[in-house]
Amino acid sequence: MKKVWVSYYAILRDRAGRAEEAVETGAETAAALYEELARRHGFTLPAARIRIAVDGEFAAGDTPVRSEMRLVFIPPFAGG
Amino acid sequence: MFRITSAPLDPEVLRRELLDSRSGGYVTFEGRVRDRNDNQEVIGLDYEAYAELAEKEGTRILEEARARFGILAAACVHRVGHLKVGELAVWAGVTAEHRGAAFDACRYVIDEMKARVPIWKKEHYRSGVSAWLGDGDGKSTEPPAETKM
Repeated sequence: MKKVWVSYYAILRDRAGRAEEAVETGAETAAALYEELARRHGFTLPAARIRIAVDGEFAAGDTPVRSEMRLVFIPPFAGG
Repeated sequence: MFRITSAPLDPEVLRRELLDSRSGGYVTFEGRVRDRNDNQEVIGLDYEAYAELAEKEGTRILEEARARFGILAAACVHRVGHLKVGELAVWAGVTAEHRGAAFDACRYVIDEMKARVPIWKKEHYRSGVSAWLGDGDGKSTEPPAETKM
């Protein structure tokens, strides 16, 4: 198991009921971690609609999860 | 310079920071909160940003604009927090020696910002419904869950 830090924004934060959490996970990839958290928190957005950031940068869903990683799951956004 | 701020935006201050004696053309965009969207009356908006990444990606966009359009300078500031109808949400400014590059670059900055920078908006409607935009199932009449750590 690895311990990682996950932050949520917008609709995901509303659904999770928290802005961030420490997560113990066996997920191999960032996308797999999202799916695990989606089941846990009842997120309805599929992984395909989520962008992922690792340690402050956009990252691919197949990024391997490592201990102490900071992950952000980015739901569809609309600035401006 | 791409910045996220919770303070109200002052286009006059932002203009003074950008202009210098080489600036033959200056083009700006101001994005304001409208009173309607999708046929509903909007009474306010909440903007939030993943600031660390928003500022990085926004800065990259400005650097791309400088490289692509041969402009002198570009800047963009986006406000977060609760905004009322009519308030200024985003300001982008570009200076160039001539107007063509300035118009093109300003367009590029705003279009790319909307596509690539992690900023979210939640619209509040007169009906009592509020919705996160860009999200197909974001409509809710319930107040947001309390943030727990």
